[in-house]
Amino acid sequence: MAAIIQGIGTATALNSTNSLDTNKTLFANSRRSLSDRKGRFFMVRSDGCLSYGLNGHGGRAEKLITNAVAAKEDTAVAYTSSKPGHELLLFEALREGLEEEMDRDPTVCVMGEDVGHYGGSYKVTKGLAPKYGDLRVLDTPIAENSFTGMGIGAAMTGLRPVVEGMNMGFLLLAFNQISNNCGMLHYTSGGQFKIPIVIRGPGGVGRQLGAEHSQRLESYFQSIPGIQMVACSTPYNAKGLMKAAIRSDNPVILFEHVLLYNLKERIPDEEYVLNLEEAEMVRPGEHVTILTYSRMRYHVMQAAKTLVNKGYDPEVIDIRSLKPFDLYTIRNSVKKTHRVLIVEECMRTGGIGASLTAAITENFHDYLDAPIVCLSSQDVPTPYAGTLENWTVVQPPQIVTAVDQLCQ
Amino acid sequence: MATSASTFSSATRILQPLNNNNNNTLYGNQLGMSSCFLGTTKKLYMKTPFLSPNSKRRSKDVLVVSEVVKDKNCNADSSLSNLCHITWPLDNVLITKDEGLELYEDMVLGRAFEDMCAQMYYRGKMYGFVHLYNGQEAVSTGFIKLLKKEDFLVGVYRDHVHALSKGVPARQVMSELFGKSTGCCRGQGGSMHIFSKEHNVLGGFAFIGESIPVATGAAFSIKYRKEVLKEADCDHVTMAFFGDGTSNNGQFFECLNMAALWKLPIIFVVENNLWAIGMSHLRATSDPEIWKKGPAFGMPGVHVDGMDVLKVREVAKEAVARARRGDGPTLVECETYRFRGHSLADPDELRDPAEKNHYAARDPISALKKYMFENNLANEAELKAIDKKIDELVEDAVEFADESPHPVRSQLLENVFADPKGFGIGPDGRYRCEDPKFTEGTADV
Repeated sequence: MAAIIQGIGTATALNSTNSLDTNKTLFANSRRSLSDRKGRFFMVRSDGCLSYGLNGHGGRAEKLITNAVAAKEDTAVAYTSSKPGHELLLFEALREGLEEEMDRDPTVCVMGEDVGHYGGSYKVTKGLAPKYGDLRVLDTPIAENSFTGMGIGAAMTGLRPVVEGMNMGFLLLAFNQISNNCGMLHYTSGGQFKIPIVIRGPGGVGRQLGAEHSQRLESYFQSIPGIQMVACSTPYNAKGLMKAAIRSDNPVILFEHVLLYNLKERIPDEEYVLNLEEAEMVRPGEHVTILTYSRMRYHVMQAAKTLVNKGYDPEVIDIRSLKPFDLYTIRNSVKKTHRVLIVEECMRTGGIGASLTAAITENFHDYLDAPIVCLSSQDVPTPYAGTLENWTVVQPPQIVTAVDQLCQ
Repeated sequence: MATSASTFSSATRILQPLNNNNNNTLYGNQLGMSSCFLGTTKKLYMKTPFLSPNSKRRSKDVLVVSEVVKDKNCNADSSLSNLCHITWPLDNVLITKDEGLELYEDMVLGRAFEDMCAQMYYRGKMYGFVHLYNGQEAVSTGFIKLLKKEDFLVGVYRDHVHALSKGVPARQVMSELFGKSTGCCRGQGGSMHIFSKEHNVLGGFAFIGESIPVATGAAFSIKYRKEVLKEADCDHVTMAFFGDGTSNNGQFFECLNMAALWKLPIIFVVENNLWAIGMSHLRATSDPEIWKKGPAFGMPGVHVDGMDVLKVREVAKEAVARARRGDGPTLVECETYRFRGHSLADPDELRDPAEKNHYAARDPISALKKYMFENNLANEAELKAIDKKIDELVEDAVEFADESPHPVRSQLLENVFADPKGFGIGPDGRYRCEDPKFTEGTADV
């Protein structure tokens, strides 16, 4: 197995440049009944400039990836929640969600490479092994398809395993288990066995990790029947989605992004669980709907700032649920703006954006005033060189240009 | 390390009696196999003692593992010494009359059921790939009849008979093969995906290899229930069945490692029928003695004549007892043979007729019958009565399957997600599973 340990120290040390102060309001109970679905948007208002520092490479590194997770928003109304909440980094939020669920349900367990004594390559499981023991937080040998299969066998027989792919790319080795067993076994068994498993881990294009460690597996997994896929993008939704994924009776793949683990946000003290099937309204607007998820959310928000200065009022939606799509939120937005831009880090061919384009065309064609524009990564193996890597994924100026053209 | 050295020496000791058996050479010659085709199983004849013509109940060749554990009073420090073996005193009568009849009935059920499947397949009642178990009954019966209902069973695609041995009603299995809604998987699984939650049959896996991690996970669950959830009386075990072909798959090795590492209550049963479709085991495997891979991972490896249900059962007893005691996994290689092609679509033209005849003469059902007669455990009439009962049971299963309804359209979308919210939210803001078209099975999803 290839080396993976990039970015490890970073997860533990809080860099002073990591400051994403987020004031937000949550008016939406994630478990609200369906009848409440109207007016269901809650907002996560990001305010402040975010950059991040990995490995202390300092200025040069930051220059190379200035846009990695930059989010600076127009000064919209900042809501303050009634409770002060507490500040967490994204990986800590995931950890907190996991820990709460392990406290709540003794059948919840964790398995994967280095999740135990080492605390996880991105420290999402830090401190859990001492608290819950080696069996509940199981360090496995490097055998992805077998420990993933083991998680499935455990899920079939009464446990709720959370399987960590140390890097999501490694789960390609477990593809058969994820597809044939996770996805199909509930069906082929005639509904007799359920597989309440969560498969999670860091993915996406990181910082010069090379092609194999820069995978976007959502495109590979999306056609597997019987699994759900969500992508988290903020500490708040990371924790809420983690908890929801663990409680779901369906197999859920939770995508995390290597470059987002050190995002900081204030999250509520009280318990909350998000809805796995819902998109998140990031910024309401009138002129164009921008659908995005995971790290690209921050590229979009950076572009949004420019767009606002140019007089546009874009609506930004983090689709969050990569499978199935929240067609209700998307519909409401398309009906309002009549224009859709999709910004994703996934591959152009057969990616999430391609599926989203198809879904919108099929369902909401009549609302559209212009063809859907989809900005995806280039169909190339992610290059090592920073410059080439930057040209592979979508950058904020491209988003601005695309909106310019779309709104002409 | 001293202990590992003793592991290997004990492993080789197991080999010695096997190689010294001159009868085998004789037998190889008798078959007149002059071909040097790599795929011939001649080499195996030479190696394996139980193939000798007078092999019925040849006591000294069955290797049972845990007697030594008892005899030598092994402790944790010398845990690897449980890799030793002893000679099994088979002169004792091994089974009671009732046990013998139970084994006989189960094997006859397996055989009759599979023969009926072949008929039904050729009559167009079932489709797809259907892999029959004929010839291997001693393995399924010898192992599975020792299990409790709570014990987990995991098989591969040749799974009908495992399910039957575990207690899944023949009606449900046959109906599944007919693709009917009364099948054990509602007609959604088919021949290679037989499941029964009630009987803890976890599949039925169509791709080989993938079943072994799932079985390992079930064994992990047992350990977890015992040690984390503090269910003190949880002494269940998991049995994973797979073939010689699977034993070359990486997941086999990965799971041997993990099962031994965590001392999981699992028994890995290799049904070595010498052929992986058309690939001879000898052409595929650098060291054809699969059982030897057990000691390599720190667990006992046992080789047993898979055409002899009593030998299989004795080995299985020890392996199951080990797992229940918490002593960890065991690898058992059962040398067996399938009397039919790989599947009903396989013309079976590759295997040497002499080889087929050789094993046909060692039919496990005939062998048990003979043993029971010789030991006065049953008479002809009693066994005939069982044959008749099974024939009727299988006939009944076919009638039941034939008369059962085909799945209705509304079933189509029902089991995709355990929680149908997984189909997501539709444009109208409601969950798609609440759409009437969803329950009718006519929704596009």
